[in-house]
Amino acid sequence: MTAEYRVLLFARYAELFGAPEVVVTLPTPTNGAGVLDALRQFPGGVSLPGSPFLVRNGAQVALGDRLEPGDELALLPPMAGG
Amino acid sequence: MLHHEPIDPAALVAAVTTPDHGAVTSFIGVVRNQHAGRPVVELTYSAYERMARTVMAEIIAEAEGADQVRVAVAHRIGRLVVNDVAVVVAVGAGHRDAAFRVCRWVIDEIKTRVPIWKLERYADGSAAWVDPTQPTGVVPAGRPA
Repeated sequence: MTAEYRVLLFARYAELFGAPEVVVTLPTPTNGAGVLDALRQFPGGVSLPGSPFLVRNGAQVALGDRLEPGDELALLPPMAGG
Repeated sequence: MLHHEPIDPAALVAAVTTPDHGAVTSFIGVVRNQHAGRPVVELTYSAYERMARTVMAEIIAEAEGADQVRVAVAHRIGRLVVNDVAVVVAVGAGHRDAAFRVCRWVIDEIKTRVPIWKLERYADGSAAWVDPTQPTGVVPAGRPA
């Protein structure tokens, strides 16, 4: 069974992907690695670093962490506030 | 904590000044006219606002829990020009040791933990994203060819 996973994009990553969010269709459940692999298939994904900062409901996720279709996912560039 | 309008540093200082505090410190980050040797004309800050508010609240709670201090933080979002106030940290403490130390700690945590990003625009019209992981400290804006 597959499901859509919505990933929010910010700053440079929104620029690379050309949108503030992307939707990837993956087998459910999936994990961090699955979402990152899917994002790398986009033209903007080739510029992603080796270990991008993926967030689920506001907390960082590891590659093996399970993700559900209703999760709020976000891919964050290196922080640059202050 | 996130401000789309100009920040009033005096308001944050007032918020942390209480009768039992003998020391009040503040850090005010302002837009500088150059970065990495390039003349900066404006900055645009953006944020994952929902997460930024949560993380800023966590930082404040950690700081106030570790020492008997009161902390206030404000960060601008949007377009700023040179000399605009970008971020303010204010700390009230019983004595100056904690006031100085916590103020420094809070701004350092903000810079590494809060999902806020900075787009610099230069005098020649070019722009770059600030990226502390890069040797030059920036990545050119725009999609690669």
